[in-house]
Amino acid sequence: MENNIQFLKEKVLLNETLSFSKEVEERIKILKHEKTTKPVIFVGASSCGYVAGAQKTIDAINNYILENNISVDVVKVGCIGICALEPIMDVQLPGMTRVSFKKINAENVASVLDGVFNNSIVNECVLGQYRQKNLQAWENVNFIDEVDFFAGQKRIVLELNGIIDPENIEAFIAHGGYRAFIKTIYHYTSNEVCKIIEKSELRGRGGSGFPSGKKWKIAHDNAADQRYLICNANESDPGAFMEKSIIESNPHKLIEGMAIAAYGIAASKAYIYIRADNKLAIERFKKALEQAKAFGLLGENIFDSGFNFEIIIKKGPGAFVCGEETAMLNSIEGKRGMPRYRPPYPTERGLFGKPTIINNVETLCNVPQIILNGPIWFNTIGTKASKGTKVFTLSGKINYNGIIEVEMGKSFEDIIFKIGGDVKDNKQFKAIQLGGPAGTCLVKENINIVVDYEELNSIDAIMGSGSIIVMDEKTCIVDITKFYINFIQHESCGKCIPCREGTQRMLEILEKITKIPKDEASHQTLERFKGVMQLESIAEVIKDTSLCGLGKTAANTFLSSLKWFRDEYEEHIFDRKCKAGVCKELRTFFIDVDKCTGCNACMRKCPENAIIGTIKYPHFIVESKCTGCGICFETCKFSAIFIK
Amino acid sequence: MIFDIEVNNKIIKAKKGETILSALSRNGIKVPTLCYMEELAPSGACRICVVEVEGQPNLVPSCAQPVEEWMRIKTHSPKVIKARKTIVELLLSNHPDDCLYCERNGNCELQKLAVELNVLERRISGQKGKQKADRSGSSMVRDPKKCILCGRCVRVCEEIIGVSAIDFIKRGNHCEITPSFQKGINLSSCINCGQCIMCCPTGALYERDHLPEIIDSLNNPAKHVIIQYSPTISVTLAEEFGVKSGKDINGMINAALRKIGFNKVFDSSFGADINTIEVANELVNRIKTNQNLPMFNSCCPAWVKYIEQTHSHLIENLATVKSPQQIMGKLIKGYYAETFNISANDIYTVSVMPCIAKKFEAQREEMTHKGITDVDAVLTTRELARLIRLYGIDIMNIESELADTILGTRSSAGKLFAVSGGVAEAVIRTSFNLLTGKDLVNFKIIELRSINKGRKEFKIKAGDYEIGVAVVSDMINAEKILNEIKNGRNDIQFIEVMACPGGCVNGGGQPIPSRKEDIKARIKAIYDVDDKESIKFAHKNPQLNELYKNYLGNPCDENCTTILHTSFNKRDVLL
Repeated sequence: MENNIQFLKEKVLLNETLSFSKEVEERIKILKHEKTTKPVIFVGASSCGYVAGAQKTIDAINNYILENNISVDVVKVGCIGICALEPIMDVQLPGMTRVSFKKINAENVASVLDGVFNNSIVNECVLGQYRQKNLQAWENVNFIDEVDFFAGQKRIVLELNGIIDPENIEAFIAHGGYRAFIKTIYHYTSNEVCKIIEKSELRGRGGSGFPSGKKWKIAHDNAADQRYLICNANESDPGAFMEKSIIESNPHKLIEGMAIAAYGIAASKAYIYIRADNKLAIERFKKALEQAKAFGLLGENIFDSGFNFEIIIKKGPGAFVCGEETAMLNSIEGKRGMPRYRPPYPTERGLFGKPTIINNVETLCNVPQIILNGPIWFNTIGTKASKGTKVFTLSGKINYNGIIEVEMGKSFEDIIFKIGGDVKDNKQFKAIQLGGPAGTCLVKENINIVVDYEELNSIDAIMGSGSIIVMDEKTCIVDITKFYINFIQHESCGKCIPCREGTQRMLEILEKITKIPKDEASHQTLERFKGVMQLESIAEVIKDTSLCGLGKTAANTFLSSLKWFRDEYEEHIFDRKCKAGVCKELRTFFIDVDKCTGCNACMRKCPENAIIGTIKYPHFIVESKCTGCGICFETCKFSAIFIK
Repeated sequence: MIFDIEVNNKIIKAKKGETILSALSRNGIKVPTLCYMEELAPSGACRICVVEVEGQPNLVPSCAQPVEEWMRIKTHSPKVIKARKTIVELLLSNHPDDCLYCERNGNCELQKLAVELNVLERRISGQKGKQKADRSGSSMVRDPKKCILCGRCVRVCEEIIGVSAIDFIKRGNHCEITPSFQKGINLSSCINCGQCIMCCPTGALYERDHLPEIIDSLNNPAKHVIIQYSPTISVTLAEEFGVKSGKDINGMINAALRKIGFNKVFDSSFGADINTIEVANELVNRIKTNQNLPMFNSCCPAWVKYIEQTHSHLIENLATVKSPQQIMGKLIKGYYAETFNISANDIYTVSVMPCIAKKFEAQREEMTHKGITDVDAVLTTRELARLIRLYGIDIMNIESELADTILGTRSSAGKLFAVSGGVAEAVIRTSFNLLTGKDLVNFKIIELRSINKGRKEFKIKAGDYEIGVAVVSDMINAEKILNEIKNGRNDIQFIEVMACPGGCVNGGGQPIPSRKEDIKARIKAIYDVDDKESIKFAHKNPQLNELYKNYLGNPCDENCTTILHTSFNKRDVLL
C-alpha cells in the first residue's frame, strides 16, 4: 500500500470528481477518525484549553490508559469555540458517534472515561454528541448541534476547528482541504479568481468591510514585477482572540486561503504578520507550512501548474497600531510601525513599493469554501449587503465566552442572550462593547441590531476586530472608557498630534473625574473644569483629523458611551458618585449597624484607620478618612458593609 | 492636465497629480503647515493643514492628498478652524511656558500658529514633560520638552542628509525623538551638520551658545580679542535684520564687529585661500605619485566626522589640510602674535561660521597644541546677529569698512568656499596653474555651479594629466559616489563633499528659515563677488604670497605641514 502522502495526493487531491471508490472512501474515513478500530480521545488543546488545564487532563488520560491497560489514540485538537467550558474532551468509540464532554479536569477524567467505556455516560459532563452518518448514536445523549451555543451558529471558517488535529495535514486533506487550491491552479486564471471572489461579494473582515474581490482586482491589474500578499494576524486588542484561535485550530485552512489569494493577485510571496507572543499559533503555523511544503502544496511549480508560492512568517513586536495596514508595511520593511498616508494605497504601492494585498485571517479562511462551492452558494448566505458569516469573540460578563461564527443578519440580542447564554451571575445587562477599544457600545435600546456592515454603519458602529465584550450593571462606564482610552494612548504610534496628544489629554481628564481632588488650588479647579468642558470637543477633533484608522476611531468608545450614558458621566462629575461602585475614590462605604457584629476584622485591615468602634458593638466608618479602597468590604463576613 | 476645482465657493485651476496644498498656494490661499517639507514626500503627521472636502467623512490633510476633479474644498470652515485650533491647543497643553526665555522666541512656528489661530486662553492643560535637555553635544542642544514631534528633523537626517542619527522611540504620549539608545548626541552618529536645527519649528534643537564667553573676553582688558568670519556670512547676515536674501554687507560687518570691540577683524576667505594652495599642492603631489586617490576635501568638519565614523579605511584619502577656520586660528595665534609681539595666551580668537559643526571642529583635540586652542569660540550667523543686537548696533545704517590687513586680503576663489562646488573650483584654478604654469582662461567652471543637481562632475586636462572632479553636498550622494569608487571607478581624482545641501550658504548656523529662494539668492551673491573682484586665483593673493615667503615657506613643506596640516582618526560612535 502506498504511503499516506502519495495516497492523498494521487487519489484524493488529484481526483476532482468527488466520487471516490469505496476503497478510497474507507481510507479517508480512517484518516478522519470516523472509522476506528480502537477508541479515540480528542482533547481541546489550543491556548484556551491549555489555560483551563488541558495539559493536566491529557496527563490524567494517559495515566488512565496505562492503569487500565487499554489501547486508545489520544488526539490533540483545536478550540471548538466554547472556551468557557474548556478543557473539552471528546471520545469516539469504534462504531459509535463522537461525544463531547465539558470541563474535564484531572479529577473527573477517570469517572467520565469509566462511564464511556461502560456504556453509561455521566450526563452532567456531556456537551453533546456529533451527528455522524453510519455510526450508532448514543441513547439519551443530546446532539451537540442542539446546544444553544452551537444551534445559533453557522460555521464556515470555524468548520473544522476543534474537530481535527491542527498539526496533521492528512486529517485536513481527508476533510476536503486543499481541494479548492488544486481546483484554482488547474482551472482558473488569476483574473477568474478575482472575479469569483468579487461575485461572491465577500467583504474584508478586518473592520471597514471593503469588497475583497474588488481589492484583489486592483492589485492584480497594477503592473509590477512582484506583488505581495500579507495576512494580517496582528490581533492585539483586549477581548479579541479568534485569529489566534483559528491559526491554532486549523492553520492549513489559512494556508490554503492565502495560496488561492496569492494566485488570484499573481503574487509569489506572502507574509503572515503575527504577534511574536502568540507562540502556539506560530509554532503550529510553522509546522503546517513544513507539511504543506512536503506535500508540494508550497514552493516552486506547485503540482506542475507553474505557480510558485512561499509564505514568510513575520513576527510582530506586539503593537496594536501594526494591525493598521500601512503601519504593518513599515514594520515588515524593518521600519518603525507608523502609518503612512493613503493614497497611494497598498494595492498600488505597498510593501517595498510593490502592489500589495492585505487581508485578515478570517477573510482568507472564507476563500477556499467560496472556490469550492461557487460564489452563488456564498451569495445566498447572509443579508443583502453583507454576505457569508462573521466570527466574533465573546468575552466579559457572559456565561459562555468563546469564539462563535454566525450568519450575517443575526441580531446581537440573539448572540448575547441565546448563543452566549446571557449575562453571568444573573446580573442585569448593561451594554456590549463591539469592536474592541476603538469600537462602539451597544445598549438595551439598540441591541436588536443585526450583524451587517451597513446596518452597523447607520448607527456609527463598526464590526471592527469582531470582539464583543459584555458589561453588566456592576461595570462603570467611565471606568471602562478610561481603560480603553488608556489602551489606545499607550498603543498610539505618536505620529499624528490629535491621536498622540488628544488621547492623553482625554485620559488625564477622565482620570480627574474619577477622583476626588485633594489640596486643589482654585485655579487648578478651574483648569480641571475647563478640561471637562473640552472633553467632547477634543474627542470630535481626534475623530475628524487623525491620520490612521486607529486614531480616527480612538474616541469612538468615549463618544458612544457618552451618547448612552451621559447621566453616568454627569453623576461622576457633579455628584462625585459612581453608581456601579467601581471608581475607588468616588465610593463611600457604610456599616449597617443591624448586621455588624463588631468582630473588629475590618478595623484591623483598614489601611487608613478610617474605621472606629468597640469590639462586639457596631463599628463606624469615618467618611473623611476613607479612600474607597474596598478592603473592609471584602473582609466583612456578615455583609454589613455596603456602598452608597 | 489642468482642471477646475471649487475652493471656498470659487473655481480655481489645479494640475493633475499635485496636492491640494500646492494648488491652494499657487492660487494664493494660505493653509498653515507644520510637518510639511517642500523637498520631501508628505508624511501627513501634524494634521494642521487639514481642509474640508465635501463628501469625505473626515478632514483631509492638504499636504498629502492629491487633488481630484470632483473636489469641493473648504479651507477655513468652522470645522476646519476648530480642528486646527484644537491641535495647536493640544500641542500647547504640555508645552513649557517659557517662550520669553526660549531660543526661538519671536521666530517659532508654534508661536506663530497660536497667534494665527487666535489661541488666547489655555482651555486644555496637560501634564508637562520632565525630560532633561541633552547638552552633551559640542555643537548643539536637544530639549525634548519643547519637541512637538513633527518629525522634520528625523526626515531631514534620514532622507536628505543620509545619516539617521535620530529617530522616534516609545509609544503614545511617551514618544520621543532621540539618538540611538537614548544616549547623548555626543555619542551618536550625528555629524553636526545642523540641518535638523534649520527645520525645527520650535526651540527643541539649537546650537550650543558661545556668546557669554565671548562677551566675557570682550570685557576683559587683558584679552586681545580677534574675530574672523566665514566667506558666507557677508551674504546671509543681512537676512537676520529683515533684508531680502542675497545682499552682501561685507563692509558693514567689518565696521559692526569693530564697534562691538573686537581688536582685529579678519576675513576667513584668506584662510580659504591658504587652504586652496595647500590642497592644490597636495592633490598635485598625489596625482603625480598616484597615491590615496581620489582625494577628499577636509574643510567640512561634518564630512570629516562622517568619514572617521563610517568609512575609517578612507581617512587616508582626506586632504590633511586644516579647514580655513583652523588655519586662521593657528596663524592668528602664531604669525600674528609673533608679528605684533603679543603672547598667544592673551589672544582670544572667535570665528563666525554658517555652521554648527565648526563648534565641534574647534574643540577637536588635534586643534589644541600645548594648551593653546587655535579657535576659542565659534558663533553662528544667528548668534552674531544676536551679539550685534545686544550691542545696539544699527548694522544696516553704518559705513562700510575694510577687514584688517595682514590676514585680511582675499581672492574671490576663497569666497567661493561658501557654495557647494566652490572649493573644487578654487582648487582646480590653482592645481591647473601648478601643473601647467599657466592660469585658466575660463576660470568659471559652469559644470560645478548648477544648483539643483545632487551631484556635479567635471573633467579638465592640465598638461599631461586629466583631473576628474566630483561634487556632492549630502551624505546620500556621497555614499553613492563612494560606492562607485569601491566598485572600481578611477577617473575621479578630487571629491568635494559638503554636508549641507548647497554648501555653507545653507549651513546649519544660518538664519532660520532658509528657504530655497534664499539659498539661490545667496549663491548668486557669492558668484557676483567672483565676477566683480579682480583677484580670482588663490595663488594671486599678494598678502598670501608675502606670508608664504616670510613665514610659511613652500606649500606642503615641513614647516607648512606642522602649521597648516593635521591628522584624522577612526571614531567609534553608536550607529
